Amino acid sequence: MVKKVVVGAHYGLKDWLAQRVTAIVMAVCTLVFIGALLGGGPLSYASWKALFAKGLFGLMPLLTLLFVVSVLIHAWIGMRDILMDYVKPTWMRLAFQVATILWLVACAGWAARILWRL
Amino acid sequence: MPDLTAKKKRPRWYNLSPLNLPLPGLVSIFHRVSGALLFLGLVWFLFLLDMSVSSEAGFAHFRTYVGHPLVKLALLALLWAYLHHFCAGIRYLFLDIDKGVDLVASRRSSYAVLAVSLALTALLGVKLW
Repeated sequence: MVKKVVVGAHYGLKDWLAQRVTAIVMAVCTLVFIGALLGGGPLSYASWKALFAKGLFGLMPLLTLLFVVSVLIHAWIGMRDILMDYVKPTWMRLAFQVATILWLVACAGWAARILWRL
Repeated sequence: MPDLTAKKKRPRWYNLSPLNLPLPGLVSIFHRVSGALLFLGLVWFLFLLDMSVSSEAGFAHFRTYVGHPLVKLALLALLWAYLHHFCAGIRYLFLDIDKGVDLVASRRSSYAVLAVSLALTALLGVKLW
């Protein structure tokens, strides 16, 4: 029988790194988005929709995709950390964690529907 | 023989109020609180985005919706949460690469995080409304 030992210096490193990489991706996306908003004229429905559909020389869909995936990963790790710290009974923590994952996947699905029907 | 350890007992009182935390501790717990707020606010952001890009009428409805004082207040709170999480996150990235880890520098940077995120919230809040 294989027993995986979940202790040691490198356990959790991937999540730690993912948290930072996704943070940087979202920070850059945020700054670029604010720049695009400030660079554009007064907001109308047409310009607002065009910004998401084909803004930033057509790179906006890629930017929103990166952002949505980053939020998904970042929020999962963050919520998992919070739940690990404050929810002690294992069954309750697991239930909250599963709910968090399902909720985040549902949110990502909705985001995809909104952004890719434009 | 008398119990010496019993005599050494002093009354102990720990003030665990968040207001009693040093600044870096305050920034830390706000980072957590703002992250949780943003997680909860995520579905509302999607609702707003969906409304605003759905149609011309949806966009007009979005404009009146975010014009409501209570909605503005909630958006302002989430704006602060985003900006604080953003600024504090950048501070943590620097701490991760061992920049500004000594006491003076970390107190200064945590003060800067609080000040900059509040100032940006006020600035953007005024600009948006």
